[in-house]
Amino acid sequence: MSIGNTLLGLLESGPRHGYDLKRLFDERFGHDRPLHYGQVYSTMSRLLRNGLVEVDGVEAGSGPERKRYAITDAGITDVGRWLATPEKPEPYLQNTLYAKVVLALLTGRDAAGLLDVQRNEHLRLMRELTRRKTEGDLADRLVCDHALFHLEADIRWLELATDRLDRLAGEVA
Amino acid sequence: MSGTTAAGNTGALLTATRLRKYFGSTAALNGAGFTIDSGEVVAVMGPSGSGKSTLLHCLAGILEPDGGTVHYDGRELSALSDAERSRLRRGDFGFVFQFGQLVPELTCVENVALSLRLTGVGRGKAESSAMEWMARLEVDDVRDKRPGQVSGGQRQRVAVARALVAGPRLVFADEPTGALDSLNGERVMELLTGAARDTGAAVVLVTHDVRVAAYSDREVVVRDGQALDAATGIGGAP
Ligand SMILES: Nc1ncnc2c1ncn2[C@@H]1O[C@H](COP(=O)(O)OP(=O)(O)OP(=O)(O)O)[C@@H](O)[C@H]1O
Ligand SMILES: [Mg+2]
Repeated sequence: MSIGNTLLGLLESGPRHGYDLKRLFDERFGHDRPLHYGQVYSTMSRLLRNGLVEVDGVEAGSGPERKRYAITDAGITDVGRWLATPEKPEPYLQNTLYAKVVLALLTGRDAAGLLDVQRNEHLRLMRELTRRKTEGDLADRLVCDHALFHLEADIRWLELATDRLDRLAGEVA
Repeated sequence: MSGTTAAGNTGALLTATRLRKYFGSTAALNGAGFTIDSGEVVAVMGPSGSGKSTLLHCLAGILEPDGGTVHYDGRELSALSDAERSRLRRGDFGFVFQFGQLVPELTCVENVALSLRLTGVGRGKAESSAMEWMARLEVDDVRDKRPGQVSGGQRQRVAVARALVAGPRLVFADEPTGALDSLNGERVMELLTGAARDTGAAVVLVTHDVRVAAYSDREVVVRDGQALDAATGIGGAP
């Protein structure tokens, strides 16, 4: 999943320190893989360089975790674009998709629309694989079937997530 | 054949506009639109009870909508006489349902041939065409068995042969694989869409299985009696 976009999205609700961002990320998305401080700083300096965040103040005591970051207008546009662009369908997308849905809810964007767009992208790939499978030999068929089952599982998850959006919105609020 | 429809010269094979259908106080269709071109396979998806089967029945002239219009090949279905409508259903439309709906007293080949016999084709010619389609769907070996004596997958392939034998321009399929395991389901879908593509028939395919929907060219989602194109979010017809 894209750590940069996710950290950026977390800044939309207001400026935060590096350590605060890490804690928030781990709490919401880190489940079994918390971020290293190093990842946070390298990501934040890239975002700074690209003008997507700015430093909003520095606390006493010099470590980089003392910097307070604020999202810029360009950063907000970037988050919006990321959320609106479907992911390339591939196995084990759930982390990214989950993060996108939560951030869309947190920032008042169209979470249901995001899930619909993603479902269409998945179905489009399923059509392509189905066509390839129908024209191919047994080996193609098996390879395509494997991918099709994974995509189907993703779509089921997308549909369930759509049905549970109201409850999720209540929980992340 | 005329390609001009009252809804404009769109070239669509069938166009439905603002369909409404009530069952008592239940609005099964609430302004649904739909359009399909020749040779197109359109999947109709949506939650249970959203109005998919009702839509399909209205499109096929099996149910009369309480509001809205259906144009098929330039003609408005509700303006046709009952006789003209049933001629259309026999000659131009083919049907496949979740449970094959074969006539239990007839053999499989007689069931398939029935589609042609109803349009006036003689028995010998009808049965030889039926056998060609049964061979194509790989069920020619059960020709003399009754539907009750063959497997579900075979029965469904016989039903597909029956739907296609008369050379329909539009096939209506409502959960055609709903009663089958996934291997048989795929087999039926491959044969159905393959045959439709070869003959240029269009298919309206109601399903809640995305792997089945993946055989389509396009997806329409029905929700609360309204139909939207899944990719564009726009109504199935103006
Ligand atoms: N003959 C009928 N009499 C009364 N109500 C009906 C009838 N047919 C359908 N309905 C109602 O109309 C609505 C739409 O039904 P429809 O059969 O079109 O749904 P569907 O999308 O095909 O559902 P499913 O996926 O379960 O087949 C439902 O609320 C259903 O209860
Ligand atoms: Mg139904």
